[in-house]
Amino acid sequence: MTEVLHTTSKLPAERSATASRTYAAFLLVGLVLLIVAPLFFYPIFLMKLLCFALFACAFNLLLGYTGLLSFGHATFFGGAAYFTAHAVKEWGLSPELGVLLGVVGAAVLGLIMGFFAIRRQGIYFAMITLALSQMFFFFCLQAEFTQGEDGIQSVPRGYLFGLIDLSQSTNMYYFVLAVFLIGMVVIWRFINSPFGMILKSIRENEQRAVSLGYSVARYKLGAFVMSAALAGLAGGVKSLVFQFATLTDVAWQMSGEVILMTLLGGIGTLIGPIFGAGLVVTLQNYLATSQFPVTIVTGVVFMVCVLLFRRGLIGEFYASRLGRKLGFEHRR
Amino acid sequence: MTMIFGIPLQAFLGQLLIGLINGSFYALLSLGLAVIFGLLRVINFAHGVQYMLGAFAAMLMLQYFSINYWFALILAPLVVGLFGAVVERFLLSRLYKLDHLYGLLFTFGLALTLEGTFRYFYGSSGQPYAVPPQLAGGTNLGFMFLPIYRGWVVVISLAACIGTWLLIEKTKLGSYLRAATENPVLVQAFGVNVPMLLTLTYALGAGLAAFAGVLAAPIYQVSPLMGSNIIIVVFAVVVVGGMGSIMGAILTGYMLGIAEGLTKVFYPEASNIVIFVIMAIVLLLRPAGLFGRDA
Repeated sequence: MTEVLHTTSKLPAERSATASRTYAAFLLVGLVLLIVAPLFFYPIFLMKLLCFALFACAFNLLLGYTGLLSFGHATFFGGAAYFTAHAVKEWGLSPELGVLLGVVGAAVLGLIMGFFAIRRQGIYFAMITLALSQMFFFFCLQAEFTQGEDGIQSVPRGYLFGLIDLSQSTNMYYFVLAVFLIGMVVIWRFINSPFGMILKSIRENEQRAVSLGYSVARYKLGAFVMSAALAGLAGGVKSLVFQFATLTDVAWQMSGEVILMTLLGGIGTLIGPIFGAGLVVTLQNYLATSQFPVTIVTGVVFMVCVLLFRRGLIGEFYASRLGRKLGFEHRR
Repeated sequence: MTMIFGIPLQAFLGQLLIGLINGSFYALLSLGLAVIFGLLRVINFAHGVQYMLGAFAAMLMLQYFSINYWFALILAPLVVGLFGAVVERFLLSRLYKLDHLYGLLFTFGLALTLEGTFRYFYGSSGQPYAVPPQLAGGTNLGFMFLPIYRGWVVVISLAACIGTWLLIEKTKLGSYLRAATENPVLVQAFGVNVPMLLTLTYALGAGLAAFAGVLAAPIYQVSPLMGSNIIIVVFAVVVVGGMGSIMGAILTGYMLGIAEGLTKVFYPEASNIVIFVIMAIVLLLRPAGLFGRDA
């Protein structure tokens, strides 16, 4: 067996009391920061950040906690963006139903893609997901409802539950924040459930999980669908934030971006991808005004991360002296 | 006019030829991927970019040094192969002890960087590269018009595939390579310089991709995006063929190229997804791939 991906996840019971207290403190600070953030930053930027953070965390559910590298997550993110945009604009659904439809659509796509992809492992899994998502890209390019190169434009944000006007950017921000928090709680519950434990055992040693009588394929498929649905949640909300859904969201570059966010933040850490997403989105915003192409920076960061920095930001922090003092422990 | 399955024969043969040409590129590229994967256990995401580099090398050699097509056909693979050797020696070789996925991610980063750099300097639109005068024009075969250059591409890429196959299956160097694929530690204990073998293999794969790139330059436009457009299809080809056998990679490349060409005749809307559909079907029926040994 080769060395598995660097991860820092642990069983909750192993986590020391210090770590729990630190976690609680960080959580509280983080929450307060997120609540007051719109006073200091441009809301659209924050909402974009939250959407990508949720997307990256959903992706990490698969890579970090199941050990499966999907190169096709743009399908779920972008697919859900299309579904939500179409449902809200053409069918006049309310935003919450539109997002729900996006999530269901992404889960169905995840079921189909997962069904094929889990037949192979490791590198083949990555290539199959990439190929299938490229197929979905071509589908979106030609299908009528996506409106081809133009994408679905000027999607109305509507009224949440028929009451709250989401065209107000403050209202929209707190809606996105709520969705993000719900998504994070779901992920946290999921990885700490018995199901999540079995996923980790599959990541660590698949043969042993098989020998213990677990139907590995079904667990992998379950994780894949879960990850796809959450990526769809992020994508659906993103289409409401920006009020459009385009081919960019389903292109393979998007799948690459979410991998980078996760790698940069820390594969297999619960909060790492949030920071990874934050960095990437900030970098993109910063470079958008300059002439310098983003892909070069993205590519170089990718190579540096893989060569020198495989634990990612949060993983390195956990492994650092300060991190250990605070009670986190890094498992190599 | 002669008809076949309700399609004019000319259109049918024309698409068959395009399929055969695409198949040639798929075969050359998936062959390189399979050779690299066999020994290094790395999926070379930068393979498409190396193909693009080959085409650009040919174009730039012509522009700045007036090196013609024929010399470029030899020099461009050498230059890109050398570049590949440097990358393998100093960067990629650090990742062998880790999960294979890191090799994929590293080469993905490399691909993004190079593609971005070329886009920055040359833009996204393609630039033409003239067909060499010796191969310009076409010939009338009686039943269809064959551009000579396209015929040349089919012949020479087939020759390159068979040459590589012979190199690996029939020569001493090839036998080292195959032995190192089976058990690198033991081969090293016999006094073979395995790290050097790994470098050479990566250079060979990169060189093959560049060779395909030079061949492609007069047919498609020379564009920074030509690599990433083709590499995903080649991945699907590799999944269908399985990377266990060199000959399998070659055959699958041609088969899928032809399948794609024929789909353009009968159901054009599906032509750019047919390879992915075939991949899905193969995954259902033979998960290890048509010629695959390892799942």
